[in-house]
Amino acid sequence: MDKHIKVPMNKQEAATLRAGDYVYLTGTIYTARDAAHKRMYEALQEGRELPVDVEGNVIYYMGPSPAREGRPIGSAGPTTASRMDKYAPKLLDLGLIGMIGKGKRSKEVIDAVVRNGAVYLAAVGGAGALLSRCIVKSEVVAYDDLGTEAIRKLEVENFPAIVVIDCQGNNLYETAIEQYRKDV
Amino acid sequence: MRNISVKEITANIKEMCIEANHFLTDDMKEALHRATYEEVSPLGKQILCQLQENLQIAGDDMIPICQDTGMAVVFMQIGQEVHFEGGSLEEAIHEGVRQGYVEGFLRKSVVKDPLERVNTGDNTPAVIHYEIVAGDQVKITVAPKGFGSENMSKVFMLKPADGAEGVKNAILTAVKDAGPNACPPMVVGVGVGGTFEKCALLAKKALTRAVGSASPVAWAREMEQELLQKINATGIGPGGLGGSTTALAVNIETYPTHIAGLPVAVNICCHVNRHAVRVL
Repeated sequence: MDKHIKVPMNKQEAATLRAGDYVYLTGTIYTARDAAHKRMYEALQEGRELPVDVEGNVIYYMGPSPAREGRPIGSAGPTTASRMDKYAPKLLDLGLIGMIGKGKRSKEVIDAVVRNGAVYLAAVGGAGALLSRCIVKSEVVAYDDLGTEAIRKLEVENFPAIVVIDCQGNNLYETAIEQYRKDV
Repeated sequence: MRNISVKEITANIKEMCIEANHFLTDDMKEALHRATYEEVSPLGKQILCQLQENLQIAGDDMIPICQDTGMAVVFMQIGQEVHFEGGSLEEAIHEGVRQGYVEGFLRKSVVKDPLERVNTGDNTPAVIHYEIVAGDQVKITVAPKGFGSENMSKVFMLKPADGAEGVKNAILTAVKDAGPNACPPMVVGVGVGGTFEKCALLAKKALTRAVGSASPVAWAREMEQELLQKINATGIGPGGLGGSTTALAVNIETYPTHIAGLPVAVNICCHVNRHAVRVL
């Protein structure tokens, strides 16, 4: 089912999303991938504040290519989410409402999604040029020295994504594959 | 003997890095086009349409097809009659990658040390494979490799007794484990034989062979077709979200091996299977 949602969002809104929904996100999201997650995790371990408040927010696992002149961003598709599995449960427990990436998640992450009423969305991997058109503004807000891995605040308009894991623990990666599996 | 200036190498590699990251080869484009018609899942079909639209935008607006513009893998097939002049060939190759990635607005994805992980800032060094052949030409292949799929690649040191079934199981295991992580529809490059490192190199080279081409080795040709059918029956589908298009091709390369071994390498590539080829 197609749904248009505003981000950030609250748990009530996230609870309406079901695995298999095709959603269009409009509003503000943040990027973070491997190196930024490691730093955020270390900050929390050392009792320091995170550079962005994750509560109600969506993190997009993405490191863009450089923007050409006059454009907000370069190619901007999702990276593999499982590399963030070590760090994601902690962020979800702090109120992170959604993650956009591609690929499977660990049981720990799925449990944390259910426990916190969050959602995991997949964007189409390898469609970075297409997805860049849905990003109208991009600004580095933390860890500038990490280059493409810095944390960016993105303004998105009708950013397309598919709900893979919902707050009930339904997992589209498992159900969809079964639906199309054939014995040969 | 034929003299070639290393400046010419730098200029070509720079252009090839940019070209490969914005334009797929015709065989890849045709394979994606065909898959869009054949895909049985409505969502899968929608994703394949988006991938084609993405290719169009990439070429029209000069935005890389994928933000992961890869680590630059460079195959240098050098005729033994060639003499390079004007400096170091190796440095000329790295300089071409440097210029291509910096001037071409490509992502810098290389870290200097695997554990310290500080970005080199210009996507160098490249990974370079040299091969000396007969003649006086130089064939350059630039194949930027993204790591979503690279991370899902595997080497299996099988026993001779494992035979063809063992090879097939190895390929299917790698593809199933990769699933949605490798951005299907994939191209599956397979190396069978040689040694530990030789089969890995064969698998990488297999990815540069045209989609739709067939191995000259009879059993490998049959296995390519059988495995493509089996992989597409897994249900993984475009984006791993279910469907009948999980791979666009299985390319198998072979080499003689030791009496005690049956090495198999499976190098998985996403649908952005990039390479630019030039002969100087």
